[in-house]
This record gives sequence, C-alpha cells and structure tokens, in this order.
Amino acid sequence: MNPNARLAARFAALKTENRPALVSYVTAGDPDMATSQRILDGLPAAGVDVIELGMPFSDPMADGPAIQKAALRALKEGQTQAKTLEMVRAFREKDTTTPIVLMGYYNPIYRYGVDRFLTDAARAGVDGLIVVDIPPEHDDELCQPAAQHGIDFIRLATPTTDTKRLPKVLGNASGFVYYVSVAGVTGGSAPTPEKLERSVSNLREHTKLPIAVGFGIRTPEQAAIIGRFSDAVVVGSALVDCIEHAATPDEAVKGVHDLARDLAESIRECREVSEPQVS
Amino acid sequence: MNQPAIQPDINGLFGQFGGRFVAETLMPLILELQAEYDTAKDDPEFQRQLAYFQSDYVGRPNPLYFAERLTEHFGGAKIYLKREELNHTGAHKINNCIGQVLLAKRMGKKRIIAETGAGMHGVATATVAARFGLPCVIYMGSTDIERQQPNVFRMKLLGAEVIPVTSGTGTLKDAMNEALRDWVTNVDDTFYIIGTVAGPHPYPAMVRDFQAVIGHETRAQMQEKEGRLPDSLVACIGGGSNAMGLFHPFLNDASVEMIGVEAGGKGVESGQHAASLNGGAPGVLHGNRTYLLQDEDGQIIDAHSISAGLDYPGIGPEHAWLHEQGRVEYVSATDDEALEAFQTCCRLEGIIPALESAHALAEVAKRAPKLPSDHLMVVNLSGRGDKDMMSVAHYLGEKFK
Ligand SMILES: Cc1ncc(COP(=O)(O)O)c(C=O)c1O
Repeated sequence: MNPNARLAARFAALKTENRPALVSYVTAGDPDMATSQRILDGLPAAGVDVIELGMPFSDPMADGPAIQKAALRALKEGQTQAKTLEMVRAFREKDTTTPIVLMGYYNPIYRYGVDRFLTDAARAGVDGLIVVDIPPEHDDELCQPAAQHGIDFIRLATPTTDTKRLPKVLGNASGFVYYVSVAGVTGGSAPTPEKLERSVSNLREHTKLPIAVGFGIRTPEQAAIIGRFSDAVVVGSALVDCIEHAATPDEAVKGVHDLARDLAESIRECREVSEPQVS
Repeated sequence: MNQPAIQPDINGLFGQFGGRFVAETLMPLILELQAEYDTAKDDPEFQRQLAYFQSDYVGRPNPLYFAERLTEHFGGAKIYLKREELNHTGAHKINNCIGQVLLAKRMGKKRIIAETGAGMHGVATATVAARFGLPCVIYMGSTDIERQQPNVFRMKLLGAEVIPVTSGTGTLKDAMNEALRDWVTNVDDTFYIIGTVAGPHPYPAMVRDFQAVIGHETRAQMQEKEGRLPDSLVACIGGGSNAMGLFHPFLNDASVEMIGVEAGGKGVESGQHAASLNGGAPGVLHGNRTYLLQDEDGQIIDAHSISAGLDYPGIGPEHAWLHEQGRVEYVSATDDEALEAFQTCCRLEGIIPALESAHALAEVAKRAPKLPSDHLMVVNLSGRGDKDMMSVAHYLGEKFK
C-alpha cells in the first residue's frame, strides 16, 4: 500500500461511517520498548483509528510534565530514533491499514539525517510526521522532502494563527490539520466547546483536509463533544498518565487500552445524539 | 577579505545557522516582535530613550582600562579590560535588558519572563522590570539556584518571582525550556527577554545589536587612547552575547583578531564541558540551528562548567557561522584555568571578575606572553565576581584544606 494513501483512506472511511477518528498519542519506548510495542500493537483493537507515536526528545519545549516525563522514561530505557522506526516496522507486520504519524522535535531527525530518516521511515511504514518546531517558513527543511518520500506533513494551527497567516500554514499541509485547542503546552486544559467549534469552522473555510483537535482532551465525555464538529479527536497526556501511574508493564498496557476503548466507544456514538452532522 | 554576512536573511539565517524553529503558537508573536524591533531600530525616539537609560541608569560608557599589572605579569601584549562589570547590576546583561524592556513597553506587554543561569541575566531582567513597573517571572534551574544564592535573593528583593526548574538537570537549558513553555501559554500579555544571542530570530540579531554598544565604545576609546584599532579581542562565551557585542562592530576590520573562549569544564576530552563549537555538532534547539552538545541520536547532553553562566549546551547561531567562516577563533578554557586566572586578576588588578569572564582571562594568560608589547589586546570583563564568592570559596577551601 502506498503509505500516502493510508491516512486518506482512513479519513474517507470514517466519513462514510459518519464518525470522528480517535487519534491516540503515546511516546515510543515508554515505559520501555517491549511494553511500548505491546501498547502500540493493541491500539487498533482498542478502537484507535490513527496512531501518533512520539519520538522522545530530551528537550520537549512544547510539552507539559506528563509527556516530558514519558520522553525521559523512554530515553532512560535507551529508546532511539532507529528503535522507534523498528517499532513501526514490527507493527506493520500485523497491521497494514492503521495510519501511523510520528510526532516530535526536529533535532533527532536532523541528527539522523533528513534524507536517511525519511527513507527509513517510509520503508518502516510511517504515514505522516508532526514536527512541532518547524514552522512553514522552514518548509524546505523537512516538509517538502517528506512529500517526496510519500510521507504526509501534518501542520499545527493554533489559536494564535490568524486568518492572514492560515494560508501560509496550510500551504504545504497534507494528511490532516491538527488544531491545537489552546495556546500552551500539552496536558493543559481545553477551552470551551463553543469557542473550539468556532475555530474549527473558521479553519474549514481554508482547508479541505480533515481537522483534528487536540491538547487538553482527557475524558470520553470531552472527546464526544469535540468529535461532533471535528474530524478527529487527539488524546495524549491522559493516555501517557496511564503509563506513569501503572505499577507493572501489564497494568500500563491495560490502562492505555482501557482508556482508548472508552474514548472510542464514546466518540463512536457522539454524532448520533441530537446534533446534526457538520462536515 | 571575504566578509561574513553581518545580517541574517529573511528567515533569520546566518548561512545555515539561526532561523525560527519554534512551535506555530509562537510564530505570530515572533513575527510581531520582529516587525516592532525593525521599526524601533529606526525610531530616533526609541534610540534616544535607549541612550538615556544606557548612560544615566546603566552607567555607560564604562572605561576601557589599561591593565598595567596584568600586562607586566604576562610580559607580552598590552592588555586592556573593557569594564562591563562596572555596569549597574554588575555585568553586560543589562545592556540587552534595557533594550528589550523598552520594546516590551512599546508593544504594551504587561508581564516579563526570562531564563537565567548564573542569575546575572535574571537580576538584570528583574531590575529593569522593577524600574518599568512590570511583574516579572524568572526561570532558574534548581542546580543553579543552589550555586548562585546571592543572585536568587537579589532577584527576590527586586520583586521578581523566581521559579525553580527541576526538569532535566536543572540548569540553563531547562530554564529556557520552561520559559518557552510559559511564553507559549501566556501569549497575549507576556514579553520574553532572552538573555543571550540565541533563541529564534530576531533574538540573536536583536540582542547582538543591544550589546554592540560594548564594541562601539571600545572602538572609540581605543582610538582615543592609542590612536588605532585593537589587534585582538577576547571574550568568554556562554550563549555568546558579551562576545558578539564586543566583536560585531569590528567584523569588517580584517586586522582585528577575535577569540571566543568556551567553557572547557574538566577538559573537552573529558566530555564534561560546555564547549559547543569545540565539542559539539550542528543541530536545532531553542528556536535556532547552531552547534550543540548532543549524542549520536540528537539528544541534548548536559553541559558542565564551574561557571553557571557558561553552562549551556548551545551557542548563538551567528557564532556558529563565524566559526565556519573562520572569522573568529574559538578556543576553550578549563575550570582550573579559569580559577587560576580569576585569582591572578584579583591579586594583580584588585578586580574580582565573574567566573565567566575569568575564562576570557585564562585565554589571555596563554596568549599574551607570546605577543609583542605593541600588540593591543582587549578583554571583555563581562561581569564582576561577587555572585561567585560562595562557589570559589568552596572550591579553594576544598583544595587548600
Ligand atoms: C558575567 C557573565 N559573563 C558572561 C556570561 C555568558 O553569557 P554570554 O555568552 O551571552 O555573554 C554570563 C551569563 O550569565 C555572565 O553572567
């Protein structure tokens, strides 16, 4: 399968089903590589539609304490870029349809070598990249080369991205657009749904890509409300917290999958209640 | 001579270094800051205010002092000290803080944040925030809080809130991460005063411009004293602001040699150092591409230096560029060499230098004896050592027990 097609195919299928995607975030190698692989492998069965897999970085400036600690746990256990790609490759042996998006910071990719990284990532079965610290002004660094390797470059739009700037942000975006619900780091609190809905509908005027909403979404209830007007709901810190609070690897695996299942169930039904569909 | 680019390009790049590698949330702020700075730079009223505070509040110009006893001691080059340690708050850091706080006022910002390592930038920031009536939050690594207690107290006296940063190793890079996290969360009202020539564009060029007063004064003072240009300039490098401030006005004078001194810690070979150019590789951190201490996988490695103000795993992007251009020579001095130079300066000149500045003096000790007596060497005495009394006493006490 052309890797580029996985994200598009998944979002097209969800549109027919009239439900938003559940996008999960966990950090690769957290709490250790073997457990992390079990977590990753079980996500589709738990109802996750699109997987974001974090590439741990020592200095995660855009992350709150939960994901900072996850990165440190993973690095302490010896996680590397190569091991993260290896996890994706192993996942792909069992699952050829669930899109995987690698998320992180530029330096580990830069150090690995942009071209070599993109080649290895495409070969491993990576579908997209979210790299927090490369704005569109630097699209020539990674965004454009990624496209040449058939890897989507997912852009973040934020509450500070004004209408004037949106075309620049969306220019080379592909896969989907990630709307960051609040100005802040991951793990903070989400704004009111009304405010969010307005922001998402404003975004829709500028892009045909599916719109995911993330930052601050923790519970199935929140996910259901946001899933009514967005194409995807991203949950990260809450899942990562399950790993931090687990006493054993088994508990970590179960904790993440249980929460994912609850979230998936909740958003599956979210558009069947009263509210009409927004598309 | 092949002249290096003196201004970054439209994306803030000096050659391949610099840029604006920040999260989208910060991009609009950074672009706004750049626009505001570009107008302020050419606004005579802004320049008038800046000059006023530099003179009446900071105490500029500070002297270019002929260090007769050091010169005699080393028996070579004629050594001049640029006395940045005489500035209000005791270091060059305030040159930049005054400039940035005036910009913050112009932009109507209501709250100031900053990172600090040795605490000198934190103190300078807390000082200007007090002077301009703005609430101020300083992020400082918990390790640094321990070794720079007097500065922590000074910041508190000045009304700033000092937030200890325990993530990572609790040093300058972690403080900078935390300040960036604060900024990204408080985008509407907060101005981030970065303390060195690093961070996303326009910071490296803007901080350099505010610090360039050091070089401009040096040039005029040397002209007055010796009737010519200096032959060499020596400065220590943490992020590189005192060095860039001294060097920049001389970059196009081919006869002027420039030497940046990185912190060699326990020796560059030991792996425990803060010498990004001498012991690091290009990478992207804190908004810019530059040389970084990092491992094979691109994870940032902690810096080590006896001097908290040099304990940073990166270096300003313009230095990375000047390094690759070969325009500036970058060397390193170890903890021990710096301590020795520190004591020499105390005893011979009656000036207690900051441990940071002592790294520059350590290079003078190596270089000056080999040079002729008509060689004019300027050393940036970037700060005074009052803040270092406890660390130095501790170190010497142990050694001489
Ligand atoms: C006295 C002094 N000199 C030098 C430095 C290093 O910074 P920079 O390289 O930006 O001048 C510091 C930083 O705290 C300092 O306090």
